[in-house]
Amino acid sequence: MVDTGLTAWMLISASLVLLMTPGLAFFYGGMVRGKSVLNMLMMSFGAMAVIGIVYVLFGWSMSYADQSIGGIFGNPFEQWALKGVFTHGADGFEFTVSDGLPVIVDVGFQATFAMITTALISGAIADRVKYGSWLVFSGLWVTLSYFPLAHMVWGGGLLSDDGPFASIASPVDFAGGTAVHINAGIAALVLVLVIGKRKGFGSEAMRPHNLPFVMLGAALLWFGWFGFNAGSAYAADGMAGLAWVNTTTATAAAIIGWLITEKIRDGHATSLGAASGVVAGLVAITPAAGSLSPFGAIILGLVAGALSALAVGLKYRFGYDDSLDVVGVHLVSGLWGTVAIGFLALDGGLFYGGGVSLLAVQVIIAVVAMAYSAIVTLVLALIIKSTIGWRVTEQVEVAGIDLAVHGESAYETLSARSYSEVKP
Amino acid sequence: MKLVTAIIQPHRLDAVKSALEAAGIRGMTVSEASGYGRQKGHTEVYRGAEYTIDLVPKIRLEVLIDDVDTERVTGVISQAAHTGKIGDGKVWVVPVDSVTRVRTGEEGAAAL
Repeated sequence: MVDTGLTAWMLISASLVLLMTPGLAFFYGGMVRGKSVLNMLMMSFGAMAVIGIVYVLFGWSMSYADQSIGGIFGNPFEQWALKGVFTHGADGFEFTVSDGLPVIVDVGFQATFAMITTALISGAIADRVKYGSWLVFSGLWVTLSYFPLAHMVWGGGLLSDDGPFASIASPVDFAGGTAVHINAGIAALVLVLVIGKRKGFGSEAMRPHNLPFVMLGAALLWFGWFGFNAGSAYAADGMAGLAWVNTTTATAAAIIGWLITEKIRDGHATSLGAASGVVAGLVAITPAAGSLSPFGAIILGLVAGALSALAVGLKYRFGYDDSLDVVGVHLVSGLWGTVAIGFLALDGGLFYGGGVSLLAVQVIIAVVAMAYSAIVTLVLALIIKSTIGWRVTEQVEVAGIDLAVHGESAYETLSARSYSEVKP
Repeated sequence: MKLVTAIIQPHRLDAVKSALEAAGIRGMTVSEASGYGRQKGHTEVYRGAEYTIDLVPKIRLEVLIDDVDTERVTGVISQAAHTGKIGDGKVWVVPVDSVTRVRTGEEGAAAL
């Protein structure tokens, strides 16, 4: 029996999460230099294109098939091209329904998660990679890192209630602290170590070319995140409402946490800091949205904002060019949110008298997710490096990747260009 | 004939333009420019990384005038552009060999 209220809410949630990836494109696009903004936007749109196809072919099956291969991933052929999600016979379409929700709606909802997770990585390797290599990487990475982690966490695999660690305590990842943010964050770190720095990193000024884009992107992310977190309640009920409120509360607190940190450290509360605080708070509350009180969400958010504000400086100290701070924001706040559940969860949190078993299991799932993603990403990155290669030439990088790779430029820098000849 | 070029603070453009109009100057060319003098640049902070911005935005204003107007025009510009803070800019004058009005073909002072 289809629950139409639930189905309507999940269709809206899926649409909200889809909007996050274009929102991310603008969040990132505003932070790069004007000569590479189109490439940055295109990396997100390219990830949407590739994953929109592979998800229905085998992504859903690898994440949620009944037959699990060692708790790591689902059998990709069991529900190949969504076999079993619907049937079509003499009476037309028949849709499989699970707990009141047609599974085809869940496929749409989950596909948008795979898109945003992969697109998140692109910010770390801005301005310098071949577009084809990025598309190939997107398809391979989502297949070998994201689908397996989604299976491990939500598909009844290794890191779920059915996994070996559940004997310590039931692991909690409400909407994707491990499968989404730790996964993308550690992948970003591995990729920048393999691919290397932008030319001029650390010596040339690479300041954001359009901060209003960054804030607009952060706003779209916040809006879309309601689908991500409240939608992950899989119900239009009080739990969805709690996730919605916790999402907003933690994000609000993270803005304050980031701005206070940078006001003390740098002397200014910046717009880039506020937009970054938004994302840090959203990342941290993602795994915890269903297990904290709004009061707990304030603490979680304040710490997330301050931690990520401090973490974005590490790349200069250690000399890795995580261009748009995917590591500092997503890995750091993703780890914090996942581990903080062990302290702040109303059920089993250390601060609420729950002992250390939940904390221990949260640390374990975070470490397992990190290790798995790091190894898979390293292998993929090295294969691409030694075959089709990652980097555009130095001349292209200096002149701007937009014109060389896409044959377009975002802005008219010379008014004389307006009058140049048009060849139809 | 002279060409007066002034580099001024962008926010003083309206004041300078009105002052020149009041002084009877009927045309000018304005462009956006960037540069620095004694002002040097300023610093901006993005996610904790401090950037020194050497070249700051300026307005470059050019006026063609008759020789007799030189002192009056440079006086009007520097007075209207003045804020007293470092970075107010400069005004300089160079001689002009010829001026032609494209539409009518008039030359010299008649083309001003």
